[in-house]
Amino acid sequence: MVPLSYYLVLSGILFACGVTGFLIKRNIITIFMSIELMLNGVNLSFVAFAARWQQLSGQVFVFFVMVVAAAEAAVGLAIIIALFRTRETLNIDQVNLLKL
Amino acid sequence: MAALQTMQGVPQAGDYIRILPEIVLSIFGMIVMLLDPVLDERRSQRTLGGIALLGAIAALAATLYQAQPRFWGFGFFDTVKLDAFSVFFHFVVIAVTILVILSSYEYMEVQQIRAGEYYGLVLFGTVGMALMSSAVELVLIFIALEISSISTYILAGFRRRSAISSESSVKYFLLGSFATAFFLYGVALMFGATGSTSIARISAALADYAGTGHGPMLAYLGVALMFVGLGFKVAAAPFHIWTPDVYEGAPSPVVGFMSTAPKAAVFAVLLRIIFEAHFSETVWLIWLAAALSMTIGNVAALVQDNIKRLLAYSSIAHAGYLLIAFASLPANGIPAAMFFTASYAAMNVGAFAVIGHFAGHGERYVMLEDYAGLGKRSPVLAAILTVFLLSLIGIPITGGFFAKFYVFSAALQGAHPLMGLVIIGVINSAVAAYYYLRVIVVMYMREPREDAPVAPISAGLGLALGLSLAATLFLGIYPNPVLKYAALSVGLLH
Repeated sequence: MVPLSYYLVLSGILFACGVTGFLIKRNIITIFMSIELMLNGVNLSFVAFAARWQQLSGQVFVFFVMVVAAAEAAVGLAIIIALFRTRETLNIDQVNLLKL
Repeated sequence: MAALQTMQGVPQAGDYIRILPEIVLSIFGMIVMLLDPVLDERRSQRTLGGIALLGAIAALAATLYQAQPRFWGFGFFDTVKLDAFSVFFHFVVIAVTILVILSSYEYMEVQQIRAGEYYGLVLFGTVGMALMSSAVELVLIFIALEISSISTYILAGFRRRSAISSESSVKYFLLGSFATAFFLYGVALMFGATGSTSIARISAALADYAGTGHGPMLAYLGVALMFVGLGFKVAAAPFHIWTPDVYEGAPSPVVGFMSTAPKAAVFAVLLRIIFEAHFSETVWLIWLAAALSMTIGNVAALVQDNIKRLLAYSSIAHAGYLLIAFASLPANGIPAAMFFTASYAAMNVGAFAVIGHFAGHGERYVMLEDYAGLGKRSPVLAAILTVFLLSLIGIPITGGFFAKFYVFSAALQGAHPLMGLVIIGVINSAVAAYYYLRVIVVMYMREPREDAPVAPISAGLGLALGLSLAATLFLGIYPNPVLKYAALSVGLLH
């Protein structure tokens, strides 16, 4: 049996990869994919903890996360298309009308 | 397994009453969405807005109905809890929705935006916010948070033809989802530490830990990550970077909406998590966020020329004042925080209604110099905005005064008064007075740049302004009933 900590470390690495991707990537679609990676890291820890506590609720939570992520993707891609129509670019550095 | 076994039952009638406002809002939201394709595109705005308004008023009535203590209690397998606390936040959120719908009426016509799903999204967003304030299970809190967030992501980009609106929407969406992932990771770690996602059971499990002596590191990490996610949603520093950009680009009534209602709901969640799960050890975290939010918000607001950005920084600062209450003792902090959300909602929705009206087609007039001479061009509008700005400063006889007063006095009570935080807060209030007064000075002391009369105030907008003005003054003159109702929830949370 694989120890719990292995799963947790892997989920931490996945989450960290997502955070890094979010911070250093410049293409909006890639940034969006990084967020999905973060959510999958979270899902892995939910499943691992569910096995640890022998509680199904952790696994059920994963389904909710996936459903919400799908809804978010639908809305997110639509927003990205709306941005592309007005700006004709997906590079986050060129989306700079509002000063940060 | 216990959680699953209780799920075998069927929801009872009482369960449905406990989420009655959410049901009403969802039904009306769906009616709006279904009617939208059927109605004539150019004339649907008034009809759909009217239906949405009706829905929001019906939801307010439903809230008043469920406010009877005999309906209070847990519902839907202990995921929802109706009590004075959730009724209070239901009322605030739905009242804000009514004001926003009233002020959107004219705005959508002036901007020539197809109303369509706008009103539907406002109602669906409100469902999420109302649900957030009554949820006591992290799964439901997460879903409610997302219902509210996804609706506001779309609403922020509703001026589709405008580049800054879609930019604001993309920024809000990306950073919002980023924050949600942090919140979720926090929930996962909390689940790992305690084996449950119900706030009551988490609280019990943590109390057991306290006996064994070794600190539940995983739980602390979890609550810190959840605080990151929620802190983003309420625009507390250091998670505030998105706020000015998003508020500048989004349509003004939507900014009025998303700077008040979702914030009130997320603060409700924070109150539940922090006070019900006894996370008073994390006070230093809140202390830091409060001090940073107040200082960054007020200092950055000093140099803003765009009034929407100015109020965005002011909203960061107000999140900071509110967080002071979170660092105080529950008995004083909870009612102070609740009163603050209500009075902030009243004045901020009103201020953004004025800004949305004055901005004109395509939101052209949002710079501070555009407001020059508004006192002459439209005395009524200028007077109303002045009251809201004075309330944001915290001048007596407005709601803003008592909001700040209760928060500061809550922080000074107890064995360990938060003297440092209160001093920072008071200094910040003084700094803040400068930039609010600057707007008032520009309105009254400067010559108008153009003499064109400001568009007359329409009936819907007038009603919205009147109601928020009345609420602001009521909270400033006679705050006791609201404060007393808020104090009812102290025992419920603690």
